Amino acid sequence: MADRYQQLVNTPIGKIVSKQIGLPTPIPLERYEPGQPVVTGPVLLGAAAGSGLAAPISKVLAAIGAEVETPPDDELRQGAADAGLDAGLFNPETASEDETFKALVFDATGIADSGRLKEAWAFFHPTIRRVRRSGRVIVLGTPPESCKEPAEAVAQRALEGLTRSIGKEVRKGATAQLLYLHPGADDDIEATLRFFLSPKSAYVSGQVVRIGKPAAQYERVDWEQPLNGKVALVTGASRGIGRSIAEVLSRDGAHVVGVDVPGQARELEEVTSRLGGSSLTVDITDADAPATIASHVLDNHGGVDVVVHNAGVTRDKTLARMSDEQWDLLMEINLIAPQRIDRELFSRDAVRPNGRVVCVSSISGIAGNAGQTNYSTSKAGVIGIVQMFAPALAERGATVNAVAPGFIETQMTATMPIPAREAGRRMNSLAQGGLPVDVAETIAWFANPGSAGVTGQVVRVCGQSMIGA
Amino acid sequence: MNSNGRVAVLGGLRIPFARQNGPYAQASNQDMLTATLDGLVEKFGLKSQVIDEVAAGGVLKHSRDFQLTRECVLGTGLDPRTPAYDVQQACGTSLETTILVGNKIALGQLESAIAGGFDTTSDAPIAINEDLREVLLQVNRARSNSERLRALAKVRPQQIVPEIPRNAEPRTGMSMGEHQAITTQEWGIGRKEQDELAVESHRKLAAAYDTGFMDDLVKPFLGLERDQNLRPDASLEKLSKLKPVFGGENGTMTAGNSTPLTDGASAVLLSSEKWAAERDIPVQAYLVDAQTAAVDHVHKREGLLMAPTYAVPRLLERNGLALQDFDFYELHEAFASQVLCTLRAWEDPVYCKERLGLEEPLGSIDRDKLNVRGGSLAAGHPFGATGAKIVAVLAKILGEHGSGRGLISICAAGGLGVTAIMEAA
Repeated sequence: MADRYQQLVNTPIGKIVSKQIGLPTPIPLERYEPGQPVVTGPVLLGAAAGSGLAAPISKVLAAIGAEVETPPDDELRQGAADAGLDAGLFNPETASEDETFKALVFDATGIADSGRLKEAWAFFHPTIRRVRRSGRVIVLGTPPESCKEPAEAVAQRALEGLTRSIGKEVRKGATAQLLYLHPGADDDIEATLRFFLSPKSAYVSGQVVRIGKPAAQYERVDWEQPLNGKVALVTGASRGIGRSIAEVLSRDGAHVVGVDVPGQARELEEVTSRLGGSSLTVDITDADAPATIASHVLDNHGGVDVVVHNAGVTRDKTLARMSDEQWDLLMEINLIAPQRIDRELFSRDAVRPNGRVVCVSSISGIAGNAGQTNYSTSKAGVIGIVQMFAPALAERGATVNAVAPGFIETQMTATMPIPAREAGRRMNSLAQGGLPVDVAETIAWFANPGSAGVTGQVVRVCGQSMIGA
Repeated sequence: MNSNGRVAVLGGLRIPFARQNGPYAQASNQDMLTATLDGLVEKFGLKSQVIDEVAAGGVLKHSRDFQLTRECVLGTGLDPRTPAYDVQQACGTSLETTILVGNKIALGQLESAIAGGFDTTSDAPIAINEDLREVLLQVNRARSNSERLRALAKVRPQQIVPEIPRNAEPRTGMSMGEHQAITTQEWGIGRKEQDELAVESHRKLAAAYDTGFMDDLVKPFLGLERDQNLRPDASLEKLSKLKPVFGGENGTMTAGNSTPLTDGASAVLLSSEKWAAERDIPVQAYLVDAQTAAVDHVHKREGLLMAPTYAVPRLLERNGLALQDFDFYELHEAFASQVLCTLRAWEDPVYCKERLGLEEPLGSIDRDKLNVRGGSLAAGHPFGATGAKIVAVLAKILGEHGSGRGLISICAAGGLGVTAIMEAA
């Protein structure tokens, strides 16, 4: 679904004109279709000397049936062999120019001091131009806070700048991410690697994600239907991003319990019945709403596995012009209700083992936005929920994370004034707006049973927007 | 069945190898093999003796030469009652003949044997056009003159174009070099390392001639005393100027690091220990074991010339040896990159596990032990003659060394590989 500008610059004449006058030329992003492979082209796997993730990464690449090549590096290839990955060889010195890759994956965990960051340069220098359209660049590092030596921590922290800059350089709809893997979390990278390698992460770029020890043990994941047998509660499910979340979680096998206000009852019913889910009309700001929700999931499903706090509103006004109702209503819906619902669900043990709480923040909550003091406050507060509650929920075997959408093409953005809309769309590495499904796919990754090691994370779905970065 | 025990390699001989359409342009396979066998007769004093069996073969043969080896034997100083037969296994031919007669000696079926090979790319058989052949066969079948005329009337001008044998794989239509260019690319083998191997090959073979090592291994033929392809002054600088001939304009394989089309013949004398002792012929080495393998270069993604990488691990396992347990390695240099791909494959953990089914990589070899008297890049490569040439060289190396063990590995068209182990006497 390309916007009009995107359609125009992708016509033959539009391409010439936009190139001549230096306009951004967003390309249509590849998005996930059920049944398609995780990666639709060859993957180049590289590593700094002394890195330790060759085997776990190779295991995932073998599991997804990727065609993989590696540079001639015996340590790395031993890891690949140990994982049963039949990887070919890629020698940048002899490779022809038309040899390209759908993904570059670089294990940087072996970089123990700043001088050795050069190894990342050496890997990417001859390969960065070989990344295909909608390609993927993934760097894996050790969280600086887990490094024993200060010099190592500094070098590992430096990878953020590298990855973010690569995100801005790759173009052609390609993305770049940094995954920090806590020591001992080797076996829990599959869900995250699959997500960031696949078109599901189409509009996620320049992100830093930490993967730690899993909050709960989980069975082998069915990657086509990871949420099979799970119950997912989605607030604000009747339209926009919420509807997309319901659709994607349902596609992944979940029974979706859609929640929305009574005024949206008909639309909500339409969505949930189409998905074979169920609906619950309740105003989440009502005093007894948390109890109603908790009773509903306990009575009908014996509990809930995934809770998505999607319901949210805007009441834009500059602070001086903002009424107290505008402040209060927004804060009730966006920030206070999610906390009350969580408290109720957990106090009544309604969230089953390996549970998930996913909140929806916003890049306004990160960057702030004129005319959105209330909204930005609430969305920054959501980040607070994620960060504050992650340790407590980990003890209960659950994770809590947030997505922070940037410019997502919805009815709301369609009515924005053109200058603001165009600025929002273009001021990111992918030079286009995202789609509701991009937010939904990211939430589905958090919800995946295999994402048990991902908690306390805020992942922007913003095409690497310049705002707040 | 009677067992003779060890298979003795007494020594070999060849004529110098000539480039295509060079000094041997007028020489036939029969001329070359006959001269070679006569050289061997002279070297070991076999005149008028019956040898129990002579096995030889070549790739490019006229159909009339179906009994070529036997015809050659009849033209030599050997007793005409010496049996002979032809064998063909592409570039592995005369290592295969060595293995065949060697096995018969081990079983006690033979006491003495000559294994050899030959090939001419100059005096190559040319077949008539397939359409014309149909017509001529019809003429031949015709019973009356009018029928003959009717059949002959079907001859068309385009049918005059002959079929010249091509150095191409029948099932892929690609030449061996084009196949190897893909493998070279897959293994990321660079131009410089290929050129370095070629320079080494020339340097070592030149030294082998200069120090007299080749004196009793090569018998001059038609005015040629050394291999015509040998360039003692080959240098990296000179080789680096050559344009790629395979793998497109960015390819790394040149005429300098690939073997040229060559004419020549070679032979080697094998026997039981008893036969050698009775004649006071010293044993240079023993043929210990051999293994062939093939790859599916048509459907599976495996390089046409990678079969030796599969054969050698089987050979090693059966003999309880590691790749490093050799003092000499004779890896046929069809292309420098073929040798380098083979060595890299044995070092590669992924290839060794996924393709060869080994727990650990075979590992590296000491490159100082590789093709110590030069290889095919310098000498040239008359397909059928290469195996016996290598057996003769390795036997003499082991004989002079007085101890140790050598490995032979030869890649061949059709996705074949022929390998063998020899030990010093």
